Amino acid sequence: MSVAASVRDPAAPQRGSTGSDPVPVSERGPAPTRIVVGFGFWLYLLSDIVMFATVFAAHAVLSQATDGGPAGRDLFDQRSAFIETALLLGSSLTCGLMMRAARRAPGRDFQLWAGATLLLGLAFLGLEVREFAGLIGRDAGPGRSAFLSAVFMLVGLHGLHVAVGLFWLGIMMLQAATLGFRAMVRRRLLCFSLFWHAIDIVWIGVFTTVYLLGSR
Amino acid sequence: MRGDAPAWAGLPSRGRRPAALGSTLGLALCLSGCAGVLDPQGPIGLQQRTILLNATAVMLAIVVPVILATLAFAWWFRSRNARARYRPDWSYSGRIEFMVWSIPALVILFLGGMTWVATHDLDPARPLAAPRKPLAVEVVSLDWKWLFLYPEQGIATVNRLVVPAGTPLSFRLTSASVMNSFFVPQLGSQIYTMAGMETRLHLQADRPGTYRGLSAQFSGGGFSGMHFDVLAQEPAAFEAWVAGVRAGDGRLDRAGYEALAKPSQAEPPRTFASVAPNLFDQVLKTWMSRSAALLCAPPRQAADLRGDK
Amino acid sequence: MLGKLSWSALPLGQPIPLFAGGFVVVVILGVLALVTLKGWWPYLWREWITSVDHKRIGVMYVLLALVMLLRGFTDAIMMRSQLALATGGAPGYLPPEHYDQIFSAHGVIMIFFVAMTFTIGLMNFVLPLQLGVRDVAFPTLNSVGFWLTASGVLLVNMSLVIGAFARTGWLAYPPLSELAYSPDVGVDYYLVALQISGVGTLLSGINLTTTILKLRAPGMGYSRMPVFCWTALASNLLIVAAFPILTATLGMLMLDRYLGFHFFTNDGGGNPMMYINLIWAWGHPEVYILILPAFGVFSEIIATFSGKPLFGYRSMVMATMGICILSFMVWLHHFFTMGAGADVNAFFGITTMIIAVPTGVKVFNWLFTLYGGRIRFEVPMLWALGFMVTFVIGGMTGVLLAVPPIDFVLHNSLFLVAHFHNVIIGGVLFGAFAGYTYWFPKAFGFRLHDGLGRAVFWCWLIGFYLAFMPLYVLGLMGMTRRMQHTTDPAWAPWLYVAMAGAGVILLGIVLTVVQLVVSIRRREALRDATGDPWNGRTLEWATASPPPPWNFSRLPRVHGMDAYWDMKEAGTRQGAAEPEAAEAAEAVELPRNSMAGFVTAFFAVLLGFATIWHIWWLAIGGLAGAVAVILVHAWRTETEQAVPDRALRAYEAALASARSAS
Ligand code: HEO
Ligand code: HEM
Ligand SMILES: [Cu+2]
Repeated sequence: MSVAASVRDPAAPQRGSTGSDPVPVSERGPAPTRIVVGFGFWLYLLSDIVMFATVFAAHAVLSQATDGGPAGRDLFDQRSAFIETALLLGSSLTCGLMMRAARRAPGRDFQLWAGATLLLGLAFLGLEVREFAGLIGRDAGPGRSAFLSAVFMLVGLHGLHVAVGLFWLGIMMLQAATLGFRAMVRRRLLCFSLFWHAIDIVWIGVFTTVYLLGSR
Repeated sequence: MRGDAPAWAGLPSRGRRPAALGSTLGLALCLSGCAGVLDPQGPIGLQQRTILLNATAVMLAIVVPVILATLAFAWWFRSRNARARYRPDWSYSGRIEFMVWSIPALVILFLGGMTWVATHDLDPARPLAAPRKPLAVEVVSLDWKWLFLYPEQGIATVNRLVVPAGTPLSFRLTSASVMNSFFVPQLGSQIYTMAGMETRLHLQADRPGTYRGLSAQFSGGGFSGMHFDVLAQEPAAFEAWVAGVRAGDGRLDRAGYEALAKPSQAEPPRTFASVAPNLFDQVLKTWMSRSAALLCAPPRQAADLRGDK
Repeated sequence: MLGKLSWSALPLGQPIPLFAGGFVVVVILGVLALVTLKGWWPYLWREWITSVDHKRIGVMYVLLALVMLLRGFTDAIMMRSQLALATGGAPGYLPPEHYDQIFSAHGVIMIFFVAMTFTIGLMNFVLPLQLGVRDVAFPTLNSVGFWLTASGVLLVNMSLVIGAFARTGWLAYPPLSELAYSPDVGVDYYLVALQISGVGTLLSGINLTTTILKLRAPGMGYSRMPVFCWTALASNLLIVAAFPILTATLGMLMLDRYLGFHFFTNDGGGNPMMYINLIWAWGHPEVYILILPAFGVFSEIIATFSGKPLFGYRSMVMATMGICILSFMVWLHHFFTMGAGADVNAFFGITTMIIAVPTGVKVFNWLFTLYGGRIRFEVPMLWALGFMVTFVIGGMTGVLLAVPPIDFVLHNSLFLVAHFHNVIIGGVLFGAFAGYTYWFPKAFGFRLHDGLGRAVFWCWLIGFYLAFMPLYVLGLMGMTRRMQHTTDPAWAPWLYVAMAGAGVILLGIVLTVVQLVVSIRRREALRDATGDPWNGRTLEWATASPPPPWNFSRLPRVHGMDAYWDMKEAGTRQGAAEPEAAEAAEAVELPRNSMAGFVTAFFAVLLGFATIWHIWWLAIGGLAGAVAVILVHAWRTETEQAVPDRALRAYEAALASARSAS
């Protein structure tokens, strides 16, 4: 990916040679590829969080704009939301185990945990789709009121992230199987796990604002 | 109170005497009878002009020297000028750095204080202090014309606002479709009109005259023709005008309003001798909730009606 | 099958769009035919379209910006001539349904596809060179970002021929932009084009931020980075933090229009004012995204042509970062007139004014950089001086508008239009032209023609004052923006002067093109073999012009600010000093070309076009195609290739001999 790979890591020899007088990190020259890729992905996550923040803000503004239609307490099934939360948290755990397996003994374990993550994510999505279908069936679709528009956008945007994440995970399983755990694949796995944990955290926000506070 | 110039402006009450700079500048710009914000005809506009000119003067005091210094330094230190001293390494001076931060900071401190006071003094929602009882006017922006309702007189006009001079005007404003901005440059402050929302504005015309009013917020195909005249008249003449309108014809009942609300361009001024009660509040309510009585055409049809193609 | 698309989408009955669209189509076909006839496709494909070299991509960005400047300016001249004709009740030649498209397209094109594109292009080209490294952090992503921007450009321009563009102004305020009031595809073109190019911009923001923070030559700590790198860092951080807001906001408007959501509609409890808040939460940082890199360009140029280091480097850095942070705290100044309370208005008015402090610091520091200098009036320096004089006027009127009671009478007037053209032309555009002239020899190995460059500068400067000072007057006279005709006879003379000014700018634009052509033809006479034509201070001048694909055979080692100047000072008298190297010339690897960017963008255009016209099967196809490209790319394992040692040595020897010869 990066040209930085072509530059010898100048940090190591310098630190080694001077010992007592280390060169500040900022002056050690181009960072190694793993750092560069990780940092870039962090920035992407930051921008994604800003996007979610915008949608959260819209949800807050429109939370009372029910236009005579149903409000949160008439609609949300807390139990289902709890199960969704559990599924997603569980998938974060399996994702962590997957990463550990990738580090330690690449092979079957990795595919196992990745598969578990995939299944938990799919179950989450399934519940969410069921919930959406139910709402639309009760004339509480996104076109009913601004409040519901905001709910569908916020939950839907998160769901879209989950779906993309699952697709990505599937690809990574294939890549691990076909390309093996080379540096490139490892970097991508690192990014994926950052992504997966990030949308998990976002879900906590969604769960709290939409389902807990929103059903009062 | 509101009708007086704020203390910091250092001007006699009512701010009638424009700053010296103001009259010169205003004169220079307005040789051929310009009718803009530099030639205000009411207390709000007057104060706004004063602030505008004062703030400009304060900033010019620093901007002009900057421009002159740029030209002077560039000229003096041109490479062919042997007399200029070349200091190839001079790139820092604590004293200069200090000045460089503090000069603009002080200017902004001053302007910021002035802004705080002036913004509160000239809040559009704040009623004017005046001996006379204010005239209430309700404004509805339609595609693409202005509807003025006089709730106390029970009359209405389109694209012409007749008001008594020297009397405070108290406006409630809303829109029946897209956003517009109600603006009479010679009277001062403009304010948005928005569907389902009510804004407040207080203005006054000091002298009889005709002032141009327009929409300042782009609203679609008929926007450029969406202007109106403000006719300020002596109070007695105003009363006579009201009586004349009442005696005339034109009824603005619901059906009449719906017909009027249909998109049209460059409407000639019109008057209505009577108005359905609470029309303004009903327009306001239309957009506040789907269950409210549909006074206006629902939006999907509005698209066809507007013919904005 | 074809969604909303039918023959009626073509402007067959309307002479002006038909002619304009036809003209564009003919020009494009002509260019394609020429390239085919001359057999240039393989070269273009290999060296440019699939290139992931940051220098090539930067040049393509700038070229795109220049072409779009022509388009945006054509719109401007149409508006000016319409308003010069349509006075005193005359209708002019552009009916509202065209005129309203023109100002909307002008604003969108100028901001997104001229100013943004130009600055991103300059940053792309310059940053790795100034940082002393071989490329940006993610070269392939860089190419994807560029081509997505180009997709947006293509879609906006398609609306000339197929369908129509938005008639809502450049920010498409609802409810006017909602389906109820804008039922045709104009707003959809706007939304889709901006979403696609927005992704490109975000990618580029992430890429350049990472580059600056993680890839610098050994020894280049933060306090030794050239100021242009700092301003670029601030600008790209703003991109990362602000563009997602735009994406979300436009996304909500799309949901309203496509799926009947109620975010910003009048009915259903929607809230149009929320759009206005959100769009400015992006929009205000956006104007600083544009101006900050321009400040950086001027800082480099003023220091170079004064023959001195930049005065007050630390203050400059602090001011830059201060503006970066403050820019998120002022958005409400764009709608003081919505009826918020006095406390809110006063608060945002004052935060807005505070930005004048760091900006003032910058102006003063440029002044003191001039002071004690040995100033050479080369063309880039002319732009810089023109900027200093012009920009402070626009800044001053900005501060006036930040005073709410003043804004109540000047909001949405031509005074506002004058303000922002004053800061954008006098700041961003002058900066772009300054950078273009300054770095052109670096990119191509020869300078731009000097005399013509001066002529271009004077045309723009004089034209700007003629075209926009009258607008201040008109604003004070009460003329509002976006008028298609006027009735007040007192306004007419000022509108004529503005028209004349636009004519002078037109001359400047024509001369820009002439200058480019003449310079290319006389390139041997204008050749610069040393790689350092202006006696520069920063590392981009340490390498050859044009730089080799790998920029530096050996990464330079940096000991202080103005690294290359120090090297020249410290170097021996025999010719210009070679940069002190941090490593031996060996084992340079470069990323391989990739068609991922171009092909993804191709599918993005399909997806966008299909979305605009509701052709759902094509939209799915486009999306699937784009995903497929990414997957194919993900399985590439050979991503880099080594540069032969022979090439490295040959390049070093050539540069050394050129320098000792001069
Ligand atoms: C590159 C673009 C750019 C830049 C740099 C700026 C810079 C500024 N702008 Fe402007 N703007 C820009 C682009 C726009 N502005 C707009 C609108 C706009 C509005 C809204 C008006 C309205 O809608 O009614 C306000 C209040 C300002 C204020 C300011 C201020 C205070 C600055 C400051 O950053 C200027 C600071 C510079 C100064 C002050 C000069 C140098 C300082 C010196 C010499 C020190 C001493 C001076 C003092 C202490 C005063 N701008 C719009 C309108 C969009 C639309 O509605 O369509 C656009 C596009
Ligand atoms: C080159 C000379 C230019 C001329 C003659 C010109 C002229 C104009 C005119 C006549 C308008 C319409 C004003 C009105 O509403 O009445 C306008 C609007 C605008 N211009 Fe320019 N312009 C120029 C360059 C630029 C540049 C370089 C930019 C930005 C990078 C720009 C950004 C805009 C924007 C954002 C609008 C507002 C569009 C809207 O109202 O939605 N212009 N310009
Ligand atoms: Cu702003």
